[in-house]
Amino acid sequence: MAKKLGGNGAARLGFLHQLEGHTDRVWGVAWNPASRSGGAPSMLASCSGDKTVRIWEQQSTVSSSSPSWTCQAVLDESHSRTVRACDWSPNGKLLATGSFDATTSIWEHVGGEFDCIATLEGHENEVKSVAWNTSGTLLATCSRDKTVWIWELQPGNDFECVSVLNGHTQDVKMVLWHPSRDVLVSASYDNTIKVWAEDRDGDDWRCVQTLAEPGWGHTSTVWQLSFNMSGDQMVSCSDDLQLMVWDSTVDPSEWTGNGGGPWKHLCTISGHHERTIFSVHWSRTNGLIATGSADDCIRIFAEDPTNVASSVSFCKVLEKQKAHEGDVNSVRWHPKDPRLLASAGDDGVIKIWEFEQDL
Amino acid sequence: MASQLINANPVVHERKARSVRQPTSAHDDLAVEPIDSLEVFDHVRDIKDPEHPYTLEQLNVVSEDSIAVDDKRSHVLITFTPTVEHCSMATLIGLCIRVKLMQSLPPRFKIDIKVSPGSHASEVAANRDLLQLSNYHPKIDHE
Repeated sequence: MAKKLGGNGAARLGFLHQLEGHTDRVWGVAWNPASRSGGAPSMLASCSGDKTVRIWEQQSTVSSSSPSWTCQAVLDESHSRTVRACDWSPNGKLLATGSFDATTSIWEHVGGEFDCIATLEGHENEVKSVAWNTSGTLLATCSRDKTVWIWELQPGNDFECVSVLNGHTQDVKMVLWHPSRDVLVSASYDNTIKVWAEDRDGDDWRCVQTLAEPGWGHTSTVWQLSFNMSGDQMVSCSDDLQLMVWDSTVDPSEWTGNGGGPWKHLCTISGHHERTIFSVHWSRTNGLIATGSADDCIRIFAEDPTNVASSVSFCKVLEKQKAHEGDVNSVRWHPKDPRLLASAGDDGVIKIWEFEQDL
Repeated sequence: MASQLINANPVVHERKARSVRQPTSAHDDLAVEPIDSLEVFDHVRDIKDPEHPYTLEQLNVVSEDSIAVDDKRSHVLITFTPTVEHCSMATLIGLCIRVKLMQSLPPRFKIDIKVSPGSHASEVAANRDLLQLSNYHPKIDHE
């Protein structure tokens, strides 16, 4: 049972570690899903404008104090331009990296080494995001070329493109799979969020819903999306300085209705961010939402326990100013430890934080 | 190469005389001067207009008054006025201003660049494009 934090007590985000080594801004961080499983140490991947991906590992957690981190590997021979995104497969054995060089590389983690086992080509220009589905059988990629591609992992580590999704009218910033369904969401510079599902006959993928104005929608670029643990809610962040929370309970594959779409707007969180919100992540362990912004801050939100209305609402639990010396590009909660948060910034460093709250 | 200039007959203004700053007093030698709008203006006033052999100052595209600086919050807001309402060079001018300032100001500064209200036929779209430029670092452009 996930422990829900975010009560009324004083909250703190304590700085634990700083991971240095990248020589340009760090765009993204991703915790290996196997971190702290069966005694495995925590492992983190980071990707940067310096064209490399770094793999960081925390030493054994036998002692009670916070053990140190080392850089286990630098993946530098695959991409010829900025590496913009990275995502681990669900079993933690494969890492996908997306680059401005328009390719996506797949790395296999075997005994401390990382080998590039595949390079996916097809996008016309910069790849912005990569995402594995929950079963690890599908990989989604998206690009400034306005398309979303779905790749299927074949035997022998081959990847076959099974669909090219058109629909967005501008640069697609992020793709993300639902935690329990093969439903894909995408966020774009065209201010919209699109929900994609496979046809009933399994022939092709289509856009089931577009979350946009008129009706509820962001009024500027949507940068990132994140589902809560159960997948019945999704949060989005935008240039418009707002977070929006959506009800994603209904399975889009089952949707046959005419009006609107399966998912509904639940609430808008505004008035807390001064500049673009680049990153949002909903923890799978503690129910909190973390954001990273162009105002150099990390903020944490929780569902409002005092809210008596029938709808949901969120309140800000803490604001960490000057979390980085520059834009915060990515925030990610640890997959197992409800206290740990990683962040990446324009300052070229990754920081590990510990969230604490008095009850 | 466009055969027709967007604005073939711009109005050219005189260059303002450069005001001389008062020297700081002796005990302030080690103090760092806060950055103000005159200093930011000095960085951008001589940027050449894309179409004509004149500077942004001479064409009244930027002026000291159109620059707001909050040194404590490390924030600069520049509003510029293209010489004609349908100027398609607005994004290019904005990019030149941004690159110059990112090279000239300390990295802590957040820079917002907009077209001044009422000065552009597609003001919202122009400001959207200018905002998008803020996500690109000059270092990346050299790849």
